[in-house]
Amino acid sequence: MSIVQNLLASRALEALASPHGVDRYLELVNPMWAAREVRARIVDVHREVDVAGHPPVATITLQPTSTWQGHRAGQHVQLGVEIDGARRTTRVFTVSSPDSRQGDRFTVTMRANPDGLVSRHLVEAEVGTMVHLSQAQGEFTLPDQVPDHVLFISGGSGITPVMSMLRSLQRRTHRGRVTFVHYAQSPEHQIFADELAEIARSGYGIDVHLLHPELGDPALSPPWLERLVPGYRDVPTWACGPAPLIDAVQKAYADSDALQVEYFKAPVVSTGAAEGDVTFTRAGSTAANTGATLLEQAEAAGLKPEFGCRMGICFSCTATKKEGTVTNVLTGETSSLPDEDIRICVSSPQGDCAVDL
Amino acid sequence: MNSTTLTDDQLDEFGKEMDAIRQRVMSELGEEDATYIRNVVKAQRAFEVAGRALFYLPPAWPLAVASLSISKILDNMEIGHNVMHGQYDWMGDPGLNSRMYEWDTMAPSENWKYGHNYIHHTYTNILGKDRDIGYGILRMDEDQEWHPYYLGNPVYAFLLMVFFEWGVALHDLEVENMVKGKRTWEENKALRAGILRKIKRQTLKDYVLFPALTGPLFPLTLAGNATANLVRNIWTFNIIFCGHFPAGVATFSEEECENESRGHWYYRQLLGSANISGSKLMHLLSGNLSHQIEHHLFPDLPARRYPQIAEEVREICQRYGLQYNTGPLHKQLGSVAKKIFKMALPPKKADTASTQTKVSVGDPVAA
Repeated sequence: MSIVQNLLASRALEALASPHGVDRYLELVNPMWAAREVRARIVDVHREVDVAGHPPVATITLQPTSTWQGHRAGQHVQLGVEIDGARRTTRVFTVSSPDSRQGDRFTVTMRANPDGLVSRHLVEAEVGTMVHLSQAQGEFTLPDQVPDHVLFISGGSGITPVMSMLRSLQRRTHRGRVTFVHYAQSPEHQIFADELAEIARSGYGIDVHLLHPELGDPALSPPWLERLVPGYRDVPTWACGPAPLIDAVQKAYADSDALQVEYFKAPVVSTGAAEGDVTFTRAGSTAANTGATLLEQAEAAGLKPEFGCRMGICFSCTATKKEGTVTNVLTGETSSLPDEDIRICVSSPQGDCAVDL
Repeated sequence: MNSTTLTDDQLDEFGKEMDAIRQRVMSELGEEDATYIRNVVKAQRAFEVAGRALFYLPPAWPLAVASLSISKILDNMEIGHNVMHGQYDWMGDPGLNSRMYEWDTMAPSENWKYGHNYIHHTYTNILGKDRDIGYGILRMDEDQEWHPYYLGNPVYAFLLMVFFEWGVALHDLEVENMVKGKRTWEENKALRAGILRKIKRQTLKDYVLFPALTGPLFPLTLAGNATANLVRNIWTFNIIFCGHFPAGVATFSEEECENESRGHWYYRQLLGSANISGSKLMHLLSGNLSHQIEHHLFPDLPARRYPQIAEEVREICQRYGLQYNTGPLHKQLGSVAKKIFKMALPPKKADTASTQTKVSVGDPVAA
């Protein structure tokens, strides 16, 4: 940490900037100055794949503030953008570049799905745009001591963390063997195609297998894996992709300790009525959705959430909805964003819903 | 029980018209509102930094105090009060979020939000429920029983004005309820710890660190910071007292508000509040609490919207024959001062009925 950084994060400066905090002043002078928060400037937007009729995939290069503590390959980061200049919306993206250290540039790679508010914004973003970041998070990482043989299995966008790992291994001049298996819809949909082709050509102990089951390639199965990597259940394996692929991998590995997985969570979208289940994540309880407000349902479940006016004006009951769709009973507005702050006294769930209570 | 001047159906219609305004403005919120509050924050920070810096130039002392006072007033009113109401929560900006924001006063935001957003805004002007009627130390309504203690009403009000930020901080301890035995010293333990922590931070900053940074000018800077806090105290006290205490503002009994409908809630907010007319600058410095009526009808709408919808609210009130209490600052202040003095004295038996402020609400005594 530099002297300036130490000074900015010092208790003396914090006491002077109380109660707002040093960052609330620094950001007004230069958005790249920060004492604690992490922000980044977009320095490049690169289209990886642009198949007509399909959502584009892009890699965004970010220059973080010096408060970025670096990441380990396989980790993800929360990234927030101001939609329409007013509403900050945050989503999680996987870092695609190799391990980074404090203040290092890094990249995130994403598919801009039609309902992906943030990713659609990012792939169209102009160089120079500021974004808000968390520190890197996640346990889906490579150990410091990499085993002699590792197996990567990925599907679709699940290639991103695995790619970060592969790139890190190359940079760390890993001497062992790497088997890289990836499932994509078609060769046109293959992201990082040129880089993977280069890796396959130059060898260095990395076997690359790009498969397209829709075009006749074999799907994942224990016999097929056994033929590719004999004794695969004992080979340290990292798998990332959509739920069906991960299910197949988990079945193939039974309860082997060698397997580490990461899923993509598909957002739960409204079924339009008082059906489904309401889950209170902190209490760990689930009950059938009655269509009443979340506050009433929480109380019916024996919880005692904080509340005040019970009419949506005082914000005492604000809680984080983890997933699901809620309707504001006053305005009829519905929203399906994950990790959204809602007033539970005026929010009633539509279908499955999880709240941090 | 409907003791209002409107029928149940009218109340219902009235409520629906208010809901419609609210819904329309909610759907319009966007970049303009975000830019506005960000600019106010920028201005506040600039005044603050300028104020702190000008203390290094002794001849510029009055300017430094003025600059810091403006900063503190903006922080307290247009930013702090409104952000902590959740008016900008929809922006998703942690710096402008009601759950995160902490203001530059002695009162911890956490306590204040409970006492203000919940108790005061939900039970506005219901005697026995709204602790902001006289703040537990003043007599501000005829229906508060007179006691010789209240002979000191003007003195208490003056002291509250001078030490307003301290008063707001201590308000949440509900001292009056402790005196009545309704609340124990133990119950206040966590609150006290929070208040003490905040007071320490505020005192350290304004009365130790910043004065010390100016070296030999320590006493001047200390006096300057104290003056800026005093200016802010006087200003906010006056604006806030004009919100609910001018003549003609109605109070309500708990019975009237049992099982209250949404329409009646709006009705009570309207008749329980008063506006101050004036210039744009006055509205800004009051945090748009000069539109106390609109604020009480729609406490979670960004305050910059209040002047825009005031015309419409007024027109609706006219149609329903409801009073819309407004006047220039000096008139509202004069009216509040008069009330403070009048309430110090025991009620004159003969005219209690004729001077009831509740006449406009359809006299609940007769109802």
